[in-house]
Amino acid sequence: MRIPAAILTLLTGMALVLTGLWVGQNINLLPEDASLNAPVYDELFKVLFSIGTILLLGIAGLIVYSLVRFRRVSGDAGDGVAIEGNLPLEILWTAVPAVVVLFVGIYSYDIYDRMGGMAPLNDHSMHAMHSEASDSRTWAGISPVAQGADGDAAPLPIDVTAMQFAFIFHYPQAGITTGELHVPVGQPVALTMKANDVIHAFWVPQFRLKQDVIPGQPTLLSFTATRPGRYPIVCAELCGPYHGGMRSTVIVEEPQTFADWVAQNSPAASPEAPTAVQS
Amino acid sequence: MTLTLPSASPTAAPLQPQGWLRYLSFSTDHKVIGLQYLVCGFLFYLVGGALAGAIRTELLTPISDFLPRETYNEVLTLHGTVMIFLWIVPVVNGAFGNYLIPFYVGARDMAFPRLNAVAFWLIPPAGLLLISSYFIASAAQSGWTAYPPLSLTTPATGQIIWILSVLLLGGSSIFGGINFIATILKLRRPGLKLMQLPMYCWAMLGTSILVVLSTPVLAGTLVLLSFDIIAHTGFFNPSLGGNAVVYQHLFWFYSHPAVYIMVLPAFGLVSEILPVHARKPLFGYTTMVYSILGIVFLGLIVWAHHMFTSGTPPWMRLFFTIATSFIAVPTGIKFFNWLATLWGGKIALNSAMLFSCGFILNFVFGGITGVALAQVPFDIHVHDTYFVVGHFHYIVYGGTVFVIFASIYHWYPKVTGRLMNEPLGQLHFLLTFVGFNLCFAPQHWMGLNGMPRRVAEYDPQFELINQVSSVGALLMAISTLPFLVNVVLSAFRGEPAGDNPWKALTPEWLTTSPPPVENWHGEPPLVHEPYGYGVEPGSLSLAATSGREIWAVGDPERKP
Repeated sequence: MRIPAAILTLLTGMALVLTGLWVGQNINLLPEDASLNAPVYDELFKVLFSIGTILLLGIAGLIVYSLVRFRRVSGDAGDGVAIEGNLPLEILWTAVPAVVVLFVGIYSYDIYDRMGGMAPLNDHSMHAMHSEASDSRTWAGISPVAQGADGDAAPLPIDVTAMQFAFIFHYPQAGITTGELHVPVGQPVALTMKANDVIHAFWVPQFRLKQDVIPGQPTLLSFTATRPGRYPIVCAELCGPYHGGMRSTVIVEEPQTFADWVAQNSPAASPEAPTAVQS
Repeated sequence: MTLTLPSASPTAAPLQPQGWLRYLSFSTDHKVIGLQYLVCGFLFYLVGGALAGAIRTELLTPISDFLPRETYNEVLTLHGTVMIFLWIVPVVNGAFGNYLIPFYVGARDMAFPRLNAVAFWLIPPAGLLLISSYFIASAAQSGWTAYPPLSLTTPATGQIIWILSVLLLGGSSIFGGINFIATILKLRRPGLKLMQLPMYCWAMLGTSILVVLSTPVLAGTLVLLSFDIIAHTGFFNPSLGGNAVVYQHLFWFYSHPAVYIMVLPAFGLVSEILPVHARKPLFGYTTMVYSILGIVFLGLIVWAHHMFTSGTPPWMRLFFTIATSFIAVPTGIKFFNWLATLWGGKIALNSAMLFSCGFILNFVFGGITGVALAQVPFDIHVHDTYFVVGHFHYIVYGGTVFVIFASIYHWYPKVTGRLMNEPLGQLHFLLTFVGFNLCFAPQHWMGLNGMPRRVAEYDPQFELINQVSSVGALLMAISTLPFLVNVVLSAFRGEPAGDNPWKALTPEWLTTSPPPVENWHGEPPLVHEPYGYGVEPGSLSLAATSGREIWAVGDPERKP
């Protein structure tokens, strides 16, 4: 007595789904997360990874099974079964991907909204202190609105200038200009970015954030770092011969350490500098 | 269509060269032109492959130590341009399109044979021009995307030569597209309905519509870019008041459909190959046709998903996310139909079938990462990284190039009258499949973890994975050798194939192999059912049945 094919198919399907879910939850392909929106991103990644694994394994399994099960036996010159189509089946495999794709689209919209990406273009209330930010050509990448919701601290404004082949960071409040980005942990940071020559892109893999820096068109990017450490800043847009070397570092520090760093480097704090030398 | 030929006196010397010299001539025979496209494209494939080898050699170490940095950027620009514009687009459209479409519609040649020859003969000079730019001055260094302002600031000579050669190749592509549309719509043999055409005709019709609608946009954009370079106009130059992002919109308005220009014909070719070697009708012909048309329509309205980090407004991101994701639906229909075509067939596990199934696997992988990339928040992290490099090569190499090889194994007996060597073909498949996946699968991980694309130097944590990837690339290079040996040896020593070794029903097999100059000696056959394979469900051929199957026929519960 053979086990009915329907039951075997059902079991295979269940095993497939469980495998996909397990893979999505347990295999980590991403780097460390170090910003507020990185865990949100990782949530989306896990869902996509699970769905992708189920689809890929399912289709690969079907192909391998077909190639083995329906391979031509030597000496058999006959034809397969003349089935030209099956409309209900076609409707099924149109509807199922459409539903999956719609789900993924709506879900990723929600994720993007939680990251603050869907904020209206000209809502620059958080950037009001920048006169140039009210330029209508300023386009937000990830806006600070959603991220600032839980934090009470005002965002720390930093101007970023990208050029061949370096990033320059300017802290307008403290008057510091530096080649490495120092940010305090837990406080929203609002970058206003402009490029001097060609298009660059500001990318911190651990923050899951990227924004092109476009000449003639300032762009905004906001994030809240959550984990102290040193993370690479990578230029992701081909910008010339030394594109691969156009890297910097973002140093996420405890608020006190950051305040010390500001105090040490701020030109306004120069009277303290001699004491620092003496000690 | 009937032709009345003037009765030429037998002594008159033919105006066109005969024999192998035909392939170097301005021949108007669609089969000669098809082979010219194929061989010319393959030579450029070897050039592009050598350039890829240089890239993978440079990436063996985290520091820039193999090529000068400028040269590295020239190499990656040339690699992209050569592979896209001189190998995949001409071969998958021009080569197979020219060879097969007149057969499929029952015509003796393309609608405009001279235009056809012109379209081909634009390609060798354009390709040589492009490659020579490396030796004349320096080749373009701004990637195949040539984004300004970078393309305005890199050495102008190379960039201008790049624009010129892409314009020539785009012109060739448009000529070809017009020719295919005219041939498919106007040269069909009387009595042959559109919905009776082999699927490749529909794929080429859809592709040609994309070519004709979108390539002129690229041409216009590149002309404006060349004005910016030569005449110092400011269309895309921010320092002169231009807008660099407008270029990206215009560029991707062509270059996203270009992906479909590269894969839709491959979809069509696979739809021809699978039914023949699985001995089953193509499953769901009608939905296959509508899904091609759906892909054509959606393919035109998704371009801005290449620009999610370029400062596009949120509503635009949302629209392009949804539109891009929905391309998965018609594409999914095609893949499920192919799987259903295989199901219950009698599948010959030959090289053509193996490459076709390899294509399905690779493309499904590339499609899944594609749907992920369509999601704005996902894309913002991996845009312009090796994740995208991996995804793109799964689509164009794992997709289209696998199909090109499958098609060569499938139609080689038609072109030469001889079969290719099967064990060598399977070795070729094995090396290509393993090498390809070894090369490109790890690149997804590198992208997720922080390696941007188009770099000559990278974070040392990626060294080992890059070396794995380079080993894969080496395997892919080696895999070309059994293929070349096979093609050359089989031409002279291959087993004679007869006219129709696969017992196929599509019209190109209903003539001699190789076919005569005007395709058929008599009237072209009228093929209403190009996929009429298979036995009625329930009937079995007695010669090839086992006892169990006979029992199963009588017992509906135990149908195997």
